[in-house]
Amino acid sequence: MPTYGKGLRGLSIITLTTVVAALALVFFYAPLDANQGFIQKIFYIHVPLAIVSLCGFVFGGILAVMHLRTGDRRYDMRSYVAIHMSLIFGVGGLITGSIWARASWGHWWVWNEPTLVSYLIVLLMYATYTPFRFSIEDPERQGRYASVFAIVAGAFVPLNFLAVRLAQQYVHPRVLTLSGGNLPGPMALTFYVSLLGVTLLFVTLWKYEMAAKNTRIQMRSLRRRLLGDDEIRPPQRSAAPSL
Amino acid sequence: MTVLGIAPALPLHAAGKYVAGAYVVFVLLILIYVTIMAVRLGRMERQLVELNRDLARRDETMTTDPERERDAGGDPDARREPAPMSGAGRPGDSPL
Repeated sequence: MPTYGKGLRGLSIITLTTVVAALALVFFYAPLDANQGFIQKIFYIHVPLAIVSLCGFVFGGILAVMHLRTGDRRYDMRSYVAIHMSLIFGVGGLITGSIWARASWGHWWVWNEPTLVSYLIVLLMYATYTPFRFSIEDPERQGRYASVFAIVAGAFVPLNFLAVRLAQQYVHPRVLTLSGGNLPGPMALTFYVSLLGVTLLFVTLWKYEMAAKNTRIQMRSLRRRLLGDDEIRPPQRSAAPSL
Repeated sequence: MTVLGIAPALPLHAAGKYVAGAYVVFVLLILIYVTIMAVRLGRMERQLVELNRDLARRDETMTTDPERERDAGGDPDARREPAPMSGAGRPGDSPL
C-alpha cells in the first residue's frame, strides 16, 4: 500500500511559505488597479481558486480514466479526493467572486453573465457527485459508476470553458488571454505566485486527505486481521471508496 | 523597525471590507477543513488506542492459557489457537 504522508511535511512548509509570500505580494507589492482600485486585490485569490478547482475536476476525471483502465480502486480513491477538494476550492472561488461582484457591479450575482452561470452549473453538477456515490451500495459498482460520472463531467469542464470564451456578450473581465494577458509586470508576478500558492495548497490538502483515508483503511484491515471478521462490525454505508 | 512599519498603508476605506471578506472566506474554508480533519484524526487516534488495548488483551490471554492447560494436564501446543496475525503474537511486539 502506498504511503501518502511521505514528503507531506516538506510540502506543507513550501506551501505555507508560498501562500505567505503571495499574500505579502498582494498587499505590499502589487500596484493598485487604475480602474478598480483596492477591490482588484480579490482577483489574486478568486481567480487562482477558480482555475485550480476546474483543473482539479479535470484531474479527477483523468484519475477516473486510470481507474476504469486498470481496475485499481486506489485511482477511484484519488479521483474522489481530487473532486472533493476541487468542490471546496470551487465554493471558495464562487463566494470570493460574488464578493467581488458586489463591490464592483453592486450585485452579488448576475444571471445573464455566462462566466458566472457556467461556473455555477459545473459546481452544481459536481455537488451531485457525493450523493450519487452514496446512493450506490455495492462498492464495486459505486466505483465504476462514479468514474464514468467523473470522466463525463471532467470532459464537460474544458468544453464549458471554451463555450464561455466564445460567448460574445459578457461583463466578467478577461484578464488571461492567448496574447499574453493584460497584466503589467508586478501584477502578473503577484498573480502567478498566488496561483502557485493555491495549487500547492490543493496538492498538500489532497495528499493530507489521501494519507488520512489510507491510514484509516489500513487500521480497519489491521483490526480485522487481529480480531477476526466476526468481531468487526461491517463498515457503514459511505460515499467514500473502500479499498 | 518592523516590516509592517515600513509597508505602505492599505487604502481600506471603501473597498476594504470586501477585500477583507474575500480573504476571510479563504482562511475560513481552510480552517473548517483542517478542523474536520482534526476531528477525524482524533477519532482515528481513539480507534488506535482501542486496537492496542485489544492487542494487549489478546497477548495476555495467550500467555496465561498455557499455564492453565499445564495445570489441567493437557498439551498446551495442541489446543492453542493459531495467531491471526503473523509476527504480532509475541508479547511486546506491535503490529503498528
